[in-house]
Amino acid sequence: MGYAHSDGADQTGTTGELMPTAVKILIAGGFGVGKTTLVGAVSETRPLRTEELLTEEGVSVDDLSGVEAKTTTTVAMDFGRISINEELVLYLFGTPGQDRFWFVWDELALGALGAVILADTRRLADCFPSVDYFEKHGTPFVVAVNCFEGARQHRLDEVTQALNLDPGVPVMLCDARSRESGKAVLIAVLEHAMRSHRAMSPATAG
Amino acid sequence: MAEYEEPPEVHWVDEQAGPVVRPYAVTRGRARPVTGKFDLTSQVCTVRTVSSQDIGLGPEHLAIVTLCGRRLSVAEVAAHLDLPLGTVRVLLGDLLERQLVRVFEPRPAPVLTDDSVFEQVINGLRAL
Repeated sequence: MGYAHSDGADQTGTTGELMPTAVKILIAGGFGVGKTTLVGAVSETRPLRTEELLTEEGVSVDDLSGVEAKTTTTVAMDFGRISINEELVLYLFGTPGQDRFWFVWDELALGALGAVILADTRRLADCFPSVDYFEKHGTPFVVAVNCFEGARQHRLDEVTQALNLDPGVPVMLCDARSRESGKAVLIAVLEHAMRSHRAMSPATAG
Repeated sequence: MAEYEEPPEVHWVDEQAGPVVRPYAVTRGRARPVTGKFDLTSQVCTVRTVSSQDIGLGPEHLAIVTLCGRRLSVAEVAAHLDLPLGTVRVLLGDLLERQLVRVFEPRPAPVLTDDSVFEQVINGLRAL
């Protein structure tokens, strides 16, 4: 049988075979904030795009009023890939900007190591849906303020306050175009997620 | 006015017209795979080449078999074939049933949140 569940006892390396594992980090934030730019800056290939057609269930919850002539709707996701080693691949998924596509978010968030919320200080309110979503679903996240030229520099504690973030949520500055900056953001979310998981399971702490 | 016009064959198939072959035609109307779950990040790799006994496979099936000579995620397969995810999942189900591909599902959450996974990824990123 070619179908492998990695938790199966027969799969855990008894044959000495490599167990490929994929992990993912979500890149969220408002429209035009630089999600795909960030994905592209750190990925080993240019960002790829995949589309999900809105299903019957999706159509019933999707407000198509005013666009009745449109019979199908697609949700596009941009994503990138970083091969960590032979068996471990990290995928970065940009979340679809339209907030109504929560069912896609649910699929994306399932099993995600953590999330980055990219913020533009000129449009901080765009972050609220993502902040609410990740808080509600218990996905560890960091807020990365993309430093747009011309945007007034805010102090990071002002961002924490404006977004009403838990004081433990890391807030940092970044340049979504820069590979080094993108890497630093990803490392920050992973370290934060690791701390969160340790805090949640004190038996394994230390 | 002598405006430049694109050659007709370029002109009539624009993006708005949608794909030439509709996704439901590729799957012959099926919405769900015959077998398998296929998470976005499930890793797919080809285990054998298509033989003359493998009848009933379409060009998209063959494209996946070729593509997955190198291990790829379901999302990558969909992106490379420029097909919707739902369509690709149906095609992958067919291939899995015929044991043409192997699929590695993501590890369950308790294993994923193990420190070693985080450390591996962090170290990997630092080394980039």
